[in-house]
Amino acid sequence: MNRSVETMDRYESQSCVPIDSDYREEGKVAWSVQDKLLLGLSPKGYLIQLVRNPVNWAFALIFAIGIPITIGRFIFGLSWVTHSSYDYPWGLFLGFGLFTMVPLSASGFMLGTTVEVFGRDDFKPIERLALLNGLLGYLFAVVFLQVDLGQPWRLIYPMFVSLGPAAVLFLVAWHVATYLSVQVAELVPACSEWMGWPSAKKFIKSIVLGLTIAGIILSTLHQGALGALFTYAPGKVHPLWYSSPFQWFHFFCSSIFAGLSMLIVVSTLCKNFMRWRCDANFLDNLDRQTLGLAKGCSLALITYFVIKIIAIAHDNEWSYLFTGWGMYFVFEIVVGTIVPMIMYTISIRNENASLARVAAAIAVFGIALNRLNTALVVFNWKLYPEIPHWREFVVAITVYSIYIVTYRAVLYRLPILYKWKAQVKVAGN
Amino acid sequence: MDKMNRRLFLKGGLAGTALGALGLVSKNASASSGFSGYSEGFGVLVDLTRCIGCRTCEAACNKEQQLPEPDKPFDDFSVFDEVHEGGQKRRTSEKAYTIVNKYKVEGHDKPIFRKVQCNHCNEPTCLTSCFVNAYTKTPEGAVTYNSKVCVGCRTCMIACPFYIPAYSYSSVLNPVVKKCIMCYDTRLKFGRPPACAQSCPRETMTFGKRSDLIYQGHQRIRLNPGKYVDHIYGENEVGGTAWMYLSSVPFEDLGFDTTLGNAPIINNVKEFLAIVPMVLTIWPALFAGFHLLATRKNVNNQGHESEKK
Repeated sequence: MNRSVETMDRYESQSCVPIDSDYREEGKVAWSVQDKLLLGLSPKGYLIQLVRNPVNWAFALIFAIGIPITIGRFIFGLSWVTHSSYDYPWGLFLGFGLFTMVPLSASGFMLGTTVEVFGRDDFKPIERLALLNGLLGYLFAVVFLQVDLGQPWRLIYPMFVSLGPAAVLFLVAWHVATYLSVQVAELVPACSEWMGWPSAKKFIKSIVLGLTIAGIILSTLHQGALGALFTYAPGKVHPLWYSSPFQWFHFFCSSIFAGLSMLIVVSTLCKNFMRWRCDANFLDNLDRQTLGLAKGCSLALITYFVIKIIAIAHDNEWSYLFTGWGMYFVFEIVVGTIVPMIMYTISIRNENASLARVAAAIAVFGIALNRLNTALVVFNWKLYPEIPHWREFVVAITVYSIYIVTYRAVLYRLPILYKWKAQVKVAGN
Repeated sequence: MDKMNRRLFLKGGLAGTALGALGLVSKNASASSGFSGYSEGFGVLVDLTRCIGCRTCEAACNKEQQLPEPDKPFDDFSVFDEVHEGGQKRRTSEKAYTIVNKYKVEGHDKPIFRKVQCNHCNEPTCLTSCFVNAYTKTPEGAVTYNSKVCVGCRTCMIACPFYIPAYSYSSVLNPVVKKCIMCYDTRLKFGRPPACAQSCPRETMTFGKRSDLIYQGHQRIRLNPGKYVDHIYGENEVGGTAWMYLSSVPFEDLGFDTTLGNAPIINNVKEFLAIVPMVLTIWPALFAGFHLLATRKNVNNQGHESEKK
């Protein structure tokens, strides 16, 4: 009886003082792995905390419906969750899961470059969040791919069994795989602090410049390659969304503001809903860093906008602008590019981080719109529109929810939004 | 000794360059734009003016390729009036590698039939887009598919300009691409015509060397003035195809895509492929340089300061 009251009290207090060092503050007893995993709560206290959070109830509902259907995809085959279309072989799993999640995860290489290559240490407080956003985005893009592939157990075939090196997808496969390992390596420092393995961190530190430059190369190429994939289908993608010389650059350039905007969105969510986990270093620097990211976004947006226009001029596609598809194109460009560009610019001039946050949300929506348009909406524009099967939506929402839950679980624990105190102690000694 | 080292170094450098060049050459070779098909490759010339829509070829294909029983028997002609998604006519599927569609063309009392199957391109996009090399263009002219290495990404279905490859989505453990392979294993390999071509009671399909067929096609157009449109569909489309068509009405009236152009589709992708080696070679030095430029500033400042002291 007494114990459970104590647990409740602990939970109340621990939610204010989460684990951020190797040792409990009282005495010098090290946190056990279980403590670290359960956020310093007892198993019971942890459960109480889980149940108390209304967001978890929403996830529970999604998983109750979605997980059986996702498992069903692997038991009954793709035809059970999709329309088995021959004309639209790619649906939401790739249109959203691959083509949208990968640009939204470009934050890792952007901030890696800023901090490690250009030596802008003032962006350090948000660097790890950017790296994590990159890693998890790519990881779940691969999960989405595994849901979509006809024979997911053959995922490594393009690497080791049967190689088609002249194909764009070959490049994507190799680069995403290599880049995933690079991103895991880049996040080893955060893990090593949390687990108490300082040597791993030291090793990564010695190769971080190499890792970062590898990240830039891999990102330039595979972000671009995702666009280049559509150059295999010149007649199928609407001309306004298609450009054989510039497609790769459209996708690469837009991934820059996509990744940075996603980082602003995620950091805003953390600031508002995970404040207990952020330290002063993160919170105090956030507005300034958000405006810094906004500057990057506005530059990428204007570049993207100009190159989009140049692509239309290059293929002389002006007349398409006055058709129904053209109107839709203008809508996408205005909402997804021009509006966030103007809002970012105003936010920079007025040093208004809140406005930049709204702009970021719109830019993220704009990227999702562009990628879904290219892969699904304006694909086969001469044929007929395809609306994915409802189970396809359910599976996509389920996988995305698993992504969010994983994301949150990592943020709760690893030193991403806060600094691990052990460093301070070592320095003090 | 010094010289020796330098020579060794040069040798190594040369070898490296040669290796790199080899890599690039082989990449280009498989994606070359100058390839106009194997000279000895076979093809089929389909004369649409002869087709009466009896569906014998569909039945022959079904039997030869051991495909499942069709939903409607082959003597049921109501399939011609089927309307699929978005008003589409029938297309090739996992159960049918070839199908015949009926078209009513203005100014013609009789309907015109069009047979659809894989066109077996000279430079197939399914092949060039495949990241596991599942497709092969055989010297005999067929585009074959190796289901044993296919991962199921379905990029080939995205890439095929003719909407030919189908996928057995319903299979859980072994879903594969299903498409016409020109009866390669059972007939073409031995120089025999594909089952559909041989079964036709109207001799709609002429089997032979592709180069001969082009000659024959043009001769048929010349010898029958007014009968044919002066064009062989597939002679040049997307770099040329092994299956080619003659028609009495404009090809677009029969659902042929006449906007594809004559360049192989892979040419569109080359603009991107060309930047790959550039990024790979230029980026490391460029960004390492940026890093030095951006960060060594502080080191030098410190140096100046210490000098002043």
